[in-house]
Formats: sequence, structure tokens, C-alpha cells
Amino acid sequence: MLELFTAGFFLRALAGGALIALTAALVGVFIVLRRQAMIGDGIAHVSIAGVALGFLINLYPIGVGLAFAVAASLAIEALRRAYRTYAELSIAVIMAGGIALASLFFTMGMGFSVNVTSYLFGSIYTLDDTDLAVIAAITAAVLAFALVFQKELFLLAFDEDAAAVNGLPVRVFNVLVSVLTAFVISAAIKIVGALLVSALLTIPAACALAMARSFRQALGLAVAAGEIAVLLGLFVAGWWNLAPGGTVVLLLIAMLALALATRKLRV
Amino acid sequence: MALAAEPADCHRPVVELDNVTFSFGDRTVIDGLRLTVRERDFVGIIGPNGSGKTTLLRLIVGLLKPDGGTVRLFGEPAERFRDWHLIGYVPQRKAFNPLFPATVREVVLSGLYGRRKLFRRITRADQARCRDALEVLGIAELEPRRIGALSGGQQQRVFLARALIANPRLLILDEPTAGVDEETQDNFFGLLRHMHQKHNMTFLMVTHDTERVCSYLGREPEITSGRLSFYVRHSHGLEDCAETDLLHTLRMKEG
Repeated sequence: MLELFTAGFFLRALAGGALIALTAALVGVFIVLRRQAMIGDGIAHVSIAGVALGFLINLYPIGVGLAFAVAASLAIEALRRAYRTYAELSIAVIMAGGIALASLFFTMGMGFSVNVTSYLFGSIYTLDDTDLAVIAAITAAVLAFALVFQKELFLLAFDEDAAAVNGLPVRVFNVLVSVLTAFVISAAIKIVGALLVSALLTIPAACALAMARSFRQALGLAVAAGEIAVLLGLFVAGWWNLAPGGTVVLLLIAMLALALATRKLRV
Repeated sequence: MALAAEPADCHRPVVELDNVTFSFGDRTVIDGLRLTVRERDFVGIIGPNGSGKTTLLRLIVGLLKPDGGTVRLFGEPAERFRDWHLIGYVPQRKAFNPLFPATVREVVLSGLYGRRKLFRRITRADQARCRDALEVLGIAELEPRRIGALSGGQQQRVFLARALIANPRLLILDEPTAGVDEETQDNFFGLLRHMHQKHNMTFLMVTHDTERVCSYLGREPEITSGRLSFYVRHSHGLEDCAETDLLHTLRMKEG
């Protein structure tokens, strides 16, 4: 069993998982605070339509999925502006569109069902070097953005109107955040699958919000929660031969329960 | 506001609305409004619910675009205006999420985050300004607390501190006293009055609070438009304080 933990595919899984946990948690705190927790689901379902199309026309599926995800995130942002007080409505519409499109592509390419399943539930053990390079590049972009614009992102999440009145280019920021979110989601699909992607974004944030007093703290706690769940989850899944994506998400939920319980005890 | 009796144009216009019109669908909320707010005016805007008070403020700060007419800020057309640090904005308190993980310190410092602060770090001087603002508003001990855990009156002071930290020339307040007790309202209004009288700051305040506004701004509205009434008081001729830094500004108000 121990040789599993030193095998190349397992180490690649650990590296990819660690990077995605970091970026997903950072993006997650931001979207949860903006009441867009469902955005992960919406974008992931559109992205999966792109993945299906990628198989159909024989192009790098994550690449096509990424393009679809970016388009979806921009559409969600445009709809969010049109229906300001119903941020979740825009996500519901886009998500339905994504599933509809995916089902069309699925039935057009019946023979690819096995591959497509791996994108629905994740296949972290099949990460190849190209995938890892893509994930590393996305992580670098998200980290740089979050570090450089940490204070502006805080204001944007806390009070978008105040950000606009302070003269910040709010629209540019919103588009950039949407595009980066789409990047993270498309990369994370390979890790936990389209159906569980939003868990990786939102549950670390939920854990952090249960305990954090400041925005900085919330970011740190979310990253910590995400990393613990992904790394521990991969080892647990490897040891008992469980589905890695599902294990990671169940661990996250357990951690959230723990966080909520300790908060209750403290108060 | 155009004060014909005043020695003409002793202070430059800060906000000018020319024939501004705005509708939600087919309901016209602002109809051909003309308004000039001059430096050191204190303008109180009073009107019933749905009369367009908040809409008017959002038009002025550029969060909404007028359907017709023009808005000018400090002499510039609003769409070309770039000096947003001159404007401090205190939005309605009910607009924020009480469970948001943000400390008082983080919120107050965010008043400095504009175009000029992009790609720059928070400096020691910024932190000192933050502490000064909190100290003088009497909430220094709240600095590390989570904002959602504070009382309404305390939150209101935090948002005022955020608006003041960049030392604005125009302060825009949207129902700042909604939902706080009488005594806190008195203190808050006293604070604004002192700032208006002693310092080069212009005020635009939307409120339900006819009593307090009229006691300072007079019984008769300067102009009315639709169901909105504009009460104005000018502080021309009062002695300016030579120093303009925030600490000094705020200390003066306490006197």
C-alpha cells in the first residue's frame, strides 16, 4: 500500500490537489460573500458541456471546457447586473443552459460516455503533465491577482457601491474575478468532477465564515480548510481505495460541522 | 443651491444637476430636476418613501445614469469626473451583510481604496489616520471588533469614519440616522453640524428626520421638486481652520 503514496500519479494528484485547494478556497470566499455560492455549479455544468464538445471534435477537453466556463462566467456577470437583487437567478439560468447543452453533446457522441463520466466525478489520478502545467498557471494567476488586489477585493465584496463611489473600476474587477473563477472551476473539474466542484469552492469558505473575525482571517482559514481536506482526503481515499473527489468533499462537510459545533460551544 | 441674495458665487459649485430625469420603467422618479449645491452648503433632502431620495443620491455619485439631463461634480461632467477621493459616501446602513467577516479597522481603511491607491500598500500613515478617525469618533476601542457585532449607532460611526478617512470635500449621507436611538442621533447630528461650520466641507444628506434638519436648516425648503424638498444652509463667512488633517478636523468637532 505504501508504494501507492510514492507512485508518480499519486504525487501528481497531491500536487494538483494542493494547488486547486488553494485557489478554490480564495475564489470561494469571495463568491460566497457576494452571495454567489451557486456560481460554481452553474459554471461547472456549462464547462462540462465544453468538455463533451472537446471529446466530440477531438480537442483538449479541459481547454474547450475552460472556454465554455469563461463564456458562462461572463454571461452570469452580465445577468447579475441586469437582475441586481437576484444574483442566484442568473446562475440558475446559466446552469440550466449548460446542462441542456451538455446533454445534447452527450447524446451526439454516445461512445465517449466513459471519459465524460470521469469529468462528472473527477479523475485526479489521471492528471498528466499538461494538466498539471495548466493548473499551476491558473494558480499563479489567481494568487497574483488576490495578492495584488487584496484590499480592493475586500471592498468589492463588502460594499460594491462604495467601491464604485471610491472610483474603483468595478466592472473591470468583476469581469476579471469572473474569468479567474471560471479558470479555477475548469481546472478543479478534473480533480473532484463537475458535480462536486462547487463544494471545493464554497465549503472551505463556509468553514472560514463560521470562525473568522476579519477578511484576512477568512481567507487564511478557508485556504487551511481546503488544503487539509484535499491532502488528507487523498491519503484516506488512497488507503481505503475510495473515490477521491467524494472523500474530499465529505471531509470538508465534516470539518464544517466541527467548525459550527465549536462556534456554538464558544458562544 | 442658488442663493440669489448671497454675494454671487462666493463658493464654486460642487454638485450641479441640470434638468435631470430618471425613471424606473414608466414611473418617473426624478423629473427635470435643477439643483446647484455650492461649496459649504448643507443640503437636507426630505421626502416620503418612494419619492426618489436615494435614487437622487445614486444619480449624483454615478451609481445610476440619468435618462436625461446632466450631472456635474466639482465642475466636471460626471462621466469624466475622476477625483472620487473628494467625495465621501455613507450608504444606508441596512445595505450591508451583518455576518460579513470584516473588522472595524478593515472597513474604515477601505475608505482609502480608490484609483490612487491601486497597486499601493497600506502605509503607516494610513493606519494612523484610521486610528485617529476612530479615536475622535469615540470608537477607538472597537478597532479589532467585527463590524456585524456592533450596535447600530456604533456601525453608523464606523461608516462615517470610513467616509471621512480620505478627508473629502463633499460628504453624502443616505439616511444615516435610520434605526438608531434618539441620543445617538443627536450626537451624530451635532457632529455633522460642527464639521459644517468649522471646515471646508459640503453636505448632502437624505433623511426622514424633518425635526433635526429643520432646526438647523430652517423651516422653509429652498426648492421642491416632485415630492422632494431641499433645505439648505450655507456656512459662508465662518472662520476656517488653517489645518486640514483629519485628526484636527475631527478634534474640532468635539469642542
